[in-house]
Amino acid sequence: MLDATQSTVRPLVEVTGLKMYFPILTGILRRHTGDVKAVDGVSFSIQPGETLGLVGESGCGKSTVGRALLRLYEPTAGKVVIDGEDVASLDAEALRRKRPAMQMVFQDPQASLNPRMTVADIIGEPLIEHANMSEQDRLRRIYELMDQVGLNRSFANRYPYAFSGGQRQRIGIARALALNPRFIVCDEPIAALDVSIQAQVVNLLEDLQDRLGLTYLFISHDLSMVRHIADRVAVMYLGRIAELSPRDALYARPLHPYAEALLSAVNEPDPNRARRQRIILKGDVPSPANPPKGCNFCTRCPKVFDLCRSVKPELAEVEPGRFVACHLYADTKTAAGANRTATEAKS
Amino acid sequence: MTELKLEKPRSQWRDVWAQFRRHKGAMAALVLLIALASFVLIGPLVWRIDPNFIEPNTAKMFKLRNLGPSWDHPLGTDQLGRDMLARMMFGGRISLAVGSVAMLVALFIGTTIGVLAGYFRRLDSWLMRLTDLFLALPLLPLLLVMMFLFRETVAGIMGPRLGTFMLIVVAIGITSWMQAARVVRGEVLALKEREFVLAARSVGTPARRIITRHILTNVLSPVLVAATLGIAAAIITESVLSFLGLGFPPDFPTWGRLLYDGIDAIRTYPERVVWPGLAISLTVLSVNYIGDGLRDALDPRIRGR
Repeated sequence: MLDATQSTVRPLVEVTGLKMYFPILTGILRRHTGDVKAVDGVSFSIQPGETLGLVGESGCGKSTVGRALLRLYEPTAGKVVIDGEDVASLDAEALRRKRPAMQMVFQDPQASLNPRMTVADIIGEPLIEHANMSEQDRLRRIYELMDQVGLNRSFANRYPYAFSGGQRQRIGIARALALNPRFIVCDEPIAALDVSIQAQVVNLLEDLQDRLGLTYLFISHDLSMVRHIADRVAVMYLGRIAELSPRDALYARPLHPYAEALLSAVNEPDPNRARRQRIILKGDVPSPANPPKGCNFCTRCPKVFDLCRSVKPELAEVEPGRFVACHLYADTKTAAGANRTATEAKS
Repeated sequence: MTELKLEKPRSQWRDVWAQFRRHKGAMAALVLLIALASFVLIGPLVWRIDPNFIEPNTAKMFKLRNLGPSWDHPLGTDQLGRDMLARMMFGGRISLAVGSVAMLVALFIGTTIGVLAGYFRRLDSWLMRLTDLFLALPLLPLLLVMMFLFRETVAGIMGPRLGTFMLIVVAIGITSWMQAARVVRGEVLALKEREFVLAARSVGTPARRIITRHILTNVLSPVLVAATLGIAAAIITESVLSFLGLGFPPDFPTWGRLLYDGIDAIRTYPERVVWPGLAISLTVLSVNYIGDGLRDALDPRIRGR
């Protein structure tokens, strides 16, 4: 696995100032009265072969980031450069040609497979759309993919209902792999699965990454699983990245108060080990339609002070490879990160 | 891997047929519908009496009126002495043809509008207002005006019989697609947000193929239900038009026409209402059951249980 701090390689995915606002239309005239700021200025980059974990609680905009990256939503602002091309501004035909390079594995394996198509049809769909193959070649490729994800070839004729959740997710992964993508967004691929199956699927994903050199954006709310698979982890809160750090550093010593609180909730499997003090946050997440004026986390932050309520903190490198958006670390901001421009995410 | 390992996925139509055969009601209905169809299609080849034959000799004609069942006329004769069995057969041809073609027209318009409205948000409000407009129109007067205005023109182009047929079919079709459109739109709105459609978009499948491959196959059940109900409605509407004198010419038998002709004499000769009524009901019933069986057979989740 790659060490996150090495930055000589050009990143495969570079997201700058990504914003995804969903308009709120009210009244009979459907007037535009506000926006749900699902993603509000997110910037990060992913190196080739790396896995970036994206964690956060429900509704913080993780899935929206994943979908906007593949332009399943039209981003409101920002750049998404994947392999040298800005996906956010490509025209329809260029986007279609770009699609094979980036694929997605979906959360609900039940919903992500068309119930009226056979496994062969589902896995073959990307091939029909993009690869100009003969039927024989396509079938060979489908079987090859089924082998790759550990599905028995005799299942090719069956329909999704006949499979367990784990097998369905394998079908979804095979479909994502069909066009040899370089970058895969895994949108909570294990959230709908049993714990025993989760491990299988995650191991499959890791295995495929080693064999095919894939780059993942791994979206999850399962912190232990992210710890297992990710190289670097971005913690999101209310549409913004709170902290972006290498995995080990983050889990050992989270810097942002929100990351700290979130990670304190991870259960320690060994009861003899000393448990981290749980930090219990008070109150609810503010509405993304009306976020607080200063730091998004200022309404619940245990370490809040005046500045937090008036000025939004920027994501800045406070230690080598560690980016935090918090005024607590503002004094170190100027010292570090002169050459790293991971964020100019203010609009 | 060698070539011989590549076993081709087998066609699903055999599974569909196998599942369809397990639906007893649908199989019975299929047999019944085939029987009805052969009654109206092959029947006239065997029972060679002209349905419009009226005895020219008035005295004889009076004797032939309103007969009960006999070997010469198994279903009796009507008030002009015409053979009811022959009229039933010929009437069935028209009724079944009008019913199925008008249903196809209505279904085609309804599904197209429903899918477009559901899938493309920009078209939604326009198309649904159009649907509301049609729903709000008083259909019978509209049909009458259409028939009144266009009958001569269309008859001039295609001949009186085919012209009337086409006009009736199109008129019924474009006044009865609204239910199908609403149902389909609702289904499409739900389907469009499903992740498999998102997955197809992330693959780069263009909208037209998403619609044909993912949307249309999944709106099949409501469409089939609408279709089976549509056949019945079309047969009835045609008979209403004929009754009002704006459908087929009065001497041209259809099941609906026979039904209305019989109503005048329902007290004395109830069988004249019963036969066409029974034929219409059986058609509707069998189409309904076939639709039911087909829906089950085409759903992979039910198939194979």
